[in-house]
Amino acid sequence: MESKSIHNSEFAHKRLKKRYGKERRFRMWGVAAICFALASLGWLLFSLVGTGFTAFQQNFMSIEVTLEQSIIDPQNTNDRETLRGANYRRIIQNTMYNQFPDVTERKAKQELFALVSASGATNQIRQMVYNDPSLIGKTIRVTVPTSDQVDQLLKGYIKRDVPESRRKISDQQIAWIDDLKSRKIIKKKFNTILFTNPDSRDPELAGIASAVIGSVMIVLIAFLLALPIGVGSALYLDEFAPKNKFTDLIEININNLAAVPSIVFGLLGLAVFINFIGFQRSIPLVGGMVLALRAFPTIVIATRASLRSVSPAMVDGALSLGASHTQAVFHQKLPLAGPGILTGSIIAMAQVLGETAPLLMIGMVAFVTEIPNSISDPATALPVQIFLWSDSAERAWSERTAAAIIILLVILVMMNGVAIWLRNRLEKRR
Amino acid sequence: MSDIESPSTDVKFTCRDVKVHYGDFEALHGIDIDIPDRGVTAFIGPSGCGKSTFLRTFNRMNDTIEGCRVSGEVLMDGQDIYDKTLDPVLLRAQVGMVFQKPNPFPKSIYDNIAYGPRIHGLTSSKAELDALVEKSLRRAGLWDEVKDRLKLSGTGLSGGQQQRLVIARAIAVSPQVILMDEPASALDPIATAKLEALIDELKERYCIIIVTHSMAQAARVSDKTAFFYMGDLIEFDDTEKIFTNPSNSRTQDYITGRTG
Ligand SMILES: Nc1ncnc2c1ncn2[C@@H]1O[C@H](COP(=O)(O)OP(=O)(O)OP(=O)(O)O)[C@@H](O)[C@H]1O
Ligand SMILES: [Mg+2]
Repeated sequence: MESKSIHNSEFAHKRLKKRYGKERRFRMWGVAAICFALASLGWLLFSLVGTGFTAFQQNFMSIEVTLEQSIIDPQNTNDRETLRGANYRRIIQNTMYNQFPDVTERKAKQELFALVSASGATNQIRQMVYNDPSLIGKTIRVTVPTSDQVDQLLKGYIKRDVPESRRKISDQQIAWIDDLKSRKIIKKKFNTILFTNPDSRDPELAGIASAVIGSVMIVLIAFLLALPIGVGSALYLDEFAPKNKFTDLIEININNLAAVPSIVFGLLGLAVFINFIGFQRSIPLVGGMVLALRAFPTIVIATRASLRSVSPAMVDGALSLGASHTQAVFHQKLPLAGPGILTGSIIAMAQVLGETAPLLMIGMVAFVTEIPNSISDPATALPVQIFLWSDSAERAWSERTAAAIIILLVILVMMNGVAIWLRNRLEKRR
Repeated sequence: MSDIESPSTDVKFTCRDVKVHYGDFEALHGIDIDIPDRGVTAFIGPSGCGKSTFLRTFNRMNDTIEGCRVSGEVLMDGQDIYDKTLDPVLLRAQVGMVFQKPNPFPKSIYDNIAYGPRIHGLTSSKAELDALVEKSLRRAGLWDEVKDRLKLSGTGLSGGQQQRLVIARAIAVSPQVILMDEPASALDPIATAKLEALIDELKERYCIIIVTHSMAQAARVSDKTAFFYMGDLIEFDDTEKIFTNPSNSRTQDYITGRTG
């Protein structure tokens, strides 16, 4: 080695060392940033799962119910209205009293009855009798949810060592609960209610079914509207529109639209779709249309980016064979841009699924206790449901809120996973 | 095509005072040339002299470049191809083009060849299309190599095979002219030799215009050679004459490697 070489001098070595030092510091910053992001994410997931996972199980009571003729239908009319309006509450009360025959005092009886989810149990047997009147007079075994207080106690959220006056459940009730548990009448089971029930005033009966169906409808409507309109606009702007000040203006505006706060879209939807056109409030149709507006700029931008990433050689190849410009675009360019467009659209739909504010504006915060059957039935959406539940004070709600958030996150992760999978698959086919 | 001015039978293209502008920049300063019908015409010249630009005037691919304007007269078989009533789509069906980088569509080999015939409605049955695909691949000397994998993607072929596939794709629409812009620049010597042999065969049926940076290639494959320099046509003559006894000193300098 020539020590005279300028790359071999002491100064050069110093410079090299400095350069490496800089690079190392930069890498350290990068690692620190990633660690911070991962830690935040981990913390979020940990707290969510920590609060939410218990909601996937719930305490149920397996009880024998005697469907007495004298209570349900004393005149033996078998009339549907009588069957519907009968005093099933009485039957459940009797059943509960039978668990502890020595309880006679009125107040104690009330407390005993409070262990079961009153409306959950009565609705369940009402439905059974209504569907099959031949059950009247028989004794059947049903599994009904316990009240949310019992559930919370057994999950350990209501502390037994708190003085009786400061908890919602009495010492007597705790004794009964422990007894029922030891008799295997109260059991913890997987919580299907959470998935199959609509919203309810009683936390133990509340589920996300109506919200999920509402969300699915909204996302589908938004997809069906925004995809063709978005892809069409992008194609026209990129391939066919004359390049002038006016189309530049449109382009800038579409890009700006993507940055508009989503609540503005809600206001727009309220003004145009509900107040001007006169659609009903709270329906998925309007929600879907509003969120289609929200997804539109994202899809336009994704489509234009993927159209531009297609090699011009493909279009040239088609043109040189005598394809018209339109043919070259539709036969060669669009199919190649397809995976990118699809991925962008799925990401846009994931955004739509998580959108809350615009739905609040168009009244989709309604308390919906029925599963919507069509896009013009009142419905709510998963994030709105989460918002509603998070507003309720009782401990049982926060558990369910966290569970609903976990479900929403799982759906979002799945959608993004599908997007990645589709892109890889379609790109491999080239 | 109808004959308007009764051109001499062996001239395919007649160019008069062809100028091409990219915006304000004049890339070609008025070219006059007669391209013969059968045989290979080579365009040579230093980089940036306008060979590709001139080649693209023959199938009006310059129209697709924003800001590009062509003036002057380009006649094909006596008819002005820049006539307002002439649809460039029909022109391009008659004047095929092969690009520097092989650009097969990311579709099956079969669909690559069938694309042109399909958009022009050249065949009326599946059997006819099959036959046309086979004929085109045979002409491009690719049939034996790909006949068992017509359903596989065209992009899975080697570079040389891809370039011949693209030629077959152009042949399938029955052009009269094939333009080639440095078709061998991305190929290895063996693939290049195959391509040159193919050009040798094709010149019996088609008018071929080829842009090349390789003097040797121009000398091997072409019958006529045009030398361009800074947007001007300096010399156009039989290839043999250009390479042995050029009349212009700049041509001489270029082919002997003194400029370039
Ligand atoms: N799309 C374009 N826009 C603007 N100028 C262009 C464009 N294409 C070519 N030019 C210019 O026109 C001139 C001729 O270019 P052309 O590509 O025809 O040269 P060439 O002879 O094919 O060069 P090469 O051998 O490097 O391919 C060059 O000065 C080039 O910069
Ligand atoms: Mg070129």
